[in-house]
Amino acid sequence: MSPDRTVGAVGASRPRIEGGLKVTGAARYTADVPMPGLVHGQLVTATTSRGRVRDVDASTALGMPGVLGVLDHRNAPRLNPKAGNYFGPDGSLLLLQDEVVPYAGWPVALVVAETPEQARAAAAALRVTCDAEPHDLDFDMDHPAARPASTAFGPEADTGDLEAELAACAVVVEERYRTPEESHCAMEPHASTAWWEGDHLHALDANQGAFSVSEVLAALWSIDRERVHVRSEHVGGGFGGKGVCGPQMILASMASKRFGRPVRIAMTRAQVFETTSSRPRTEQLVTIGADADGRLRAVGHRAAYALSPLAEYIEACTEQAKVLYAAPAIRTRLTAVPLDVLPPASMRGPGATPGSFALESAIDEVAERLDVDPVRLRLRNQPSVAPVSGLPFSTRRLVSCVQEGARRFGWAARDRRPRSRREGPLLIGTGMATASFSAGVFPSTASITAEVDGTFTVSVGASDIGTGARTALTAVAADALGVDAGRVRLRIGDSDLGMAWGAGGSRGTTSWSFAITEAAKELRGRLGDPARPVTATVDTSALIDFQPGRERQTFSAVFAEVAVDPATGEVRVRRLLGVFAVGRVINPLLARGQVVGGMVMGLSMALHEESVRDPRTGRLANGDFAGYHIAAHADVPDVEADFVPDYEPLDPSGFNGLGEIGTAGTAAAIANAVWHATGTRQRTLPIRLDRVLEPVAAGKDTEGATEGADHAVTRGA
Amino acid sequence: MREFAYQRAARVHDALLAVAGDRNARYLGGGTNLVDLMKCGVERPTRLVDVRRLPLDGVHVAPGGGLVIGATTTNSDAAAHPEVRRRFPALSQALLAGASGQLRNMATVGGNLLQRTRCGYFADLSRPCNKRLPGSGCAAIAGVHHNHAVLGHSAHCVATHPSDMAVALAAFDAVVRYQSLDGGGEIPLSRFYLPVGDRPDLETALPPGALITAVALPGVPGSLRSRYRKVRERASYAFATVSVAAALDVRDGVVRDVRIAMGGVASRPWRAGSAEAVLRGARPTPDRLRACAEEALSGAEPLPDNGYKVLLAKNLIAAVLGELAAAEEVG
Amino acid sequence: MTDHTRSGISLRVNDVSHRLSVDNRRTLLDALREDLGLTGPKKGCDHGQCGACTVLCDGRRVVSCLTLAVAADGAAVTTVEGLAAGGELRPLQEAFVRLDGFQCGFCTPGQLCSAVGVLAEHEAGWPSAVTADDDPERTPELDEAEVRERMSGNLCRCGAYPSIVRAVLEAAARQGGAA
Repeated sequence: MSPDRTVGAVGASRPRIEGGLKVTGAARYTADVPMPGLVHGQLVTATTSRGRVRDVDASTALGMPGVLGVLDHRNAPRLNPKAGNYFGPDGSLLLLQDEVVPYAGWPVALVVAETPEQARAAAAALRVTCDAEPHDLDFDMDHPAARPASTAFGPEADTGDLEAELAACAVVVEERYRTPEESHCAMEPHASTAWWEGDHLHALDANQGAFSVSEVLAALWSIDRERVHVRSEHVGGGFGGKGVCGPQMILASMASKRFGRPVRIAMTRAQVFETTSSRPRTEQLVTIGADADGRLRAVGHRAAYALSPLAEYIEACTEQAKVLYAAPAIRTRLTAVPLDVLPPASMRGPGATPGSFALESAIDEVAERLDVDPVRLRLRNQPSVAPVSGLPFSTRRLVSCVQEGARRFGWAARDRRPRSRREGPLLIGTGMATASFSAGVFPSTASITAEVDGTFTVSVGASDIGTGARTALTAVAADALGVDAGRVRLRIGDSDLGMAWGAGGSRGTTSWSFAITEAAKELRGRLGDPARPVTATVDTSALIDFQPGRERQTFSAVFAEVAVDPATGEVRVRRLLGVFAVGRVINPLLARGQVVGGMVMGLSMALHEESVRDPRTGRLANGDFAGYHIAAHADVPDVEADFVPDYEPLDPSGFNGLGEIGTAGTAAAIANAVWHATGTRQRTLPIRLDRVLEPVAAGKDTEGATEGADHAVTRGA
Repeated sequence: MREFAYQRAARVHDALLAVAGDRNARYLGGGTNLVDLMKCGVERPTRLVDVRRLPLDGVHVAPGGGLVIGATTTNSDAAAHPEVRRRFPALSQALLAGASGQLRNMATVGGNLLQRTRCGYFADLSRPCNKRLPGSGCAAIAGVHHNHAVLGHSAHCVATHPSDMAVALAAFDAVVRYQSLDGGGEIPLSRFYLPVGDRPDLETALPPGALITAVALPGVPGSLRSRYRKVRERASYAFATVSVAAALDVRDGVVRDVRIAMGGVASRPWRAGSAEAVLRGARPTPDRLRACAEEALSGAEPLPDNGYKVLLAKNLIAAVLGELAAAEEVG
Repeated sequence: MTDHTRSGISLRVNDVSHRLSVDNRRTLLDALREDLGLTGPKKGCDHGQCGACTVLCDGRRVVSCLTLAVAADGAAVTTVEGLAAGGELRPLQEAFVRLDGFQCGFCTPGQLCSAVGVLAEHEAGWPSAVTADDDPERTPELDEAEVRERMSGNLCRCGAYPSIVRAVLEAAARQGGAA
């Protein structure tokens, strides 16, 4: 192989490799792929939060045109009850196995018909009778069923004597923060097409990791994993909501088994809301004590989240309390509250995103009580080593993020008194927050073939759910092989490509890159006869040091400016800037898109998002895009993001993940800005109109309410 | 969705005949609401009579300076029409505040008037709803009603009307024109929507089988300024939390005419007549505007979780009137 | 006896004429996707709440999920597949790629068709909810706020909004629009 380039592909901004396909409609997502003999499955879901299916009357449905049949718990193929997920056994995978309804939205039947319209019409004609039982959705940190969360992600912090330090503090802030149940809302609804060839299961599926989905399916069907073939070429977003083997995939495999035809299940948007997964509700109590000079002495972070008894889950809200600040005493307590809820799943920046809202709001409250600048307070309390583990950070460029962000945002000119800036009827405020998100690597395999025509085929079980993995990994492979990116062909999104971590935990790109880099190394040592293709395959399982003796984290500082109309409660984000330390950046254009997108989701969380449930049934009352608002174009300003120079020494190429850090700090920055604008703390998300609205005194605030000033709100200008 | 027959009417009379006597027949306009409700199973017609291509579109200036807007005029065309923008700015603004560009290109003026509520329980077949299934009860009263009515509701229904356009039409004293097999007729918008009472399923005074053909707006003096403001939980593409259409005519510092209508607060566009009386003939001082806003909500009966709408509506009325009064001083 | 629940329709899609027999329940979106194999338009919500299915129908942007195919009989439809005439990306598409106006790409066909509609609507002088309504005769300047408001019917969960807006404004400038 000739080193035909001097400048590396890594570090250069390049548009997405599949960009041309995506702007012409040629990129095919799961439900777009034609399939001969295809039939369509339509889910029917439970409308009560707890109960038992007494009867499924399919007599009408079965007589309707095009209907092949109906699956329910009485006739569905049996699945292996020992199948599980990342955390262990997972009852939410065991669909149509018994009559128990564990949450509202649980699939209770599947109708299969020749066309989607026929399947839908027949599903509407199905009469399902459920005996409802009393349900419990009363989430509360002190709920009788509350229990300590799993410590699978690491032990709780218990450094120093929290009570003693608090007693010695000049200022103690103790406040309770709440975040609602939220929905991932990837634009592509979950979809799957499954068919059996002998005892091999084939599937096209919208997921974040085809390999792990194939593992779950193999377990459910008690067959060798090599007999399960899952492909996911283009995936329309995931954000954690497609991280597990979804109900569409399991049910399609069951229906195909039963009816002997390829079965497609494209979930409706309402079903995605009620049946897939959500970010759980949290309630968090943060206690922070400081000396009069702004030195933190104690950080206590107690957090509770809701989960389903069907499966273990960790919403690690308290992680940042172990990372962000130096204090003699740090205590974290994470509590799981089992309720009859939709089982939660990681959602962009799991744990860190709701956790950061609480912790970084509380830090802002400390700055308020001390009357110090919140940037200065943060800079004064930076740790030299990880404050709980005592380990050195592998890299920690947080101070650079804060300083660079403050400079670009013009923070120095800020009057820190609340309610100090007005434009006509509008109150203007600025706020900021810092964030960290754990980084690392998981085992994966990669194969690289040096083809006889001088090109290289790189095969890795990666997923590109919009992260740009296809483009980034091509650059990584090109540099590892020392060739131009144009000579590298990447194959991803296929469980047959071997064991691989999925797109999640901000660990996809680092895990796949590690395997590609090692495979390239191996290949370069074996190249001989250019007339024959040569393949090198590497599994990184044995190469990863899981106890590196250093804390590996990414960092950010987020700055926000808001305009608030106290007469209407409308909050508009006018400026949003994030500065990030995420190791070496592979492709600045796409990386910026990732962190900007993360911040947009954080903005959306701050102002809009909330799953609302009917108190009587526990059913979602706003399970569609008209009721569950995600930020639209008009809500989003020209978000700015940049990266400070950084290099991750624990990664062979200096990389860290960046898919989730963008979301983590944003809600707190916006909430802090709303406080600065209005003088009122927003400790419950989202920051709805009714939580901001104020009585407006006659003749005072209506003055200056001119056309032009009003446009500053509606235009976000 | 249940199977249905489809026919496209070439003339109004054909459409009327096709629907006559068939209680499972529906007129199809832009379809933005009807097709949606058919997908949800709320509407289950066996026959659709497509009226979208009837020659009922266009905006015409009427003698006396009013406008007649044809029923099949799209929301986009009505909003962009120079005469609508010049004479009735609040109507153009209300249309533009509704839905999205795509939906406005589809939706017709007639269909907009006949939109059904977006109360979640109305579309949830597993729950009671007196509007969908008379006599079944109202799930919203003891359920989720954060965005429901504070005025004019009853123990049978607390849903709101979703239209923005109708709020502006209410402020401008619009008249709905229709055709039926018995002939033509007119209904003032103020009487077009029925009070909720004990039959929330009966929403309009339109005779059975009648087809809306146009909306007529009486002329207004050039000195009447108008404005529509919509507050919602997103900056765009969301239904109103509270909206206000207001018009103000101030001459020599005295209010000659004032119109106030609210959206998002009741089962129909809510014209605040008694509040208008507070301002008419008076000077539009901040105190007077506030008193007017207070009067507009004096009959409010908020539900346990939507009391904020009362304050929001008062603030919004005062703000919009304040803007109109300020513009009056400048202009 | 004729089946009253089906209809024969003709559609001209991306300059190709088709005759179809459709179930009256079939939406234009499903007809494009299932009958004509044009899977560019996406089913993101199927209720007119996300914009992913946006196509141009007789030159105007509409959501194809709430358009019944039978009601579109005789229409000229342009989908994302028809935007690149002769295989050449139009400036808007090129700007989306170069400025990274998407991530997962699922909403992109709708964003693109919507943007084509926005540029035409703006050229026709149509106002938006953020247009200062001081002069009904004047075409509003197409700035960021105008593009954001006009594009708000197209949701993007990846949060690519800022680069979408840049791409639309750039295309507008190249197209010789008012911006």
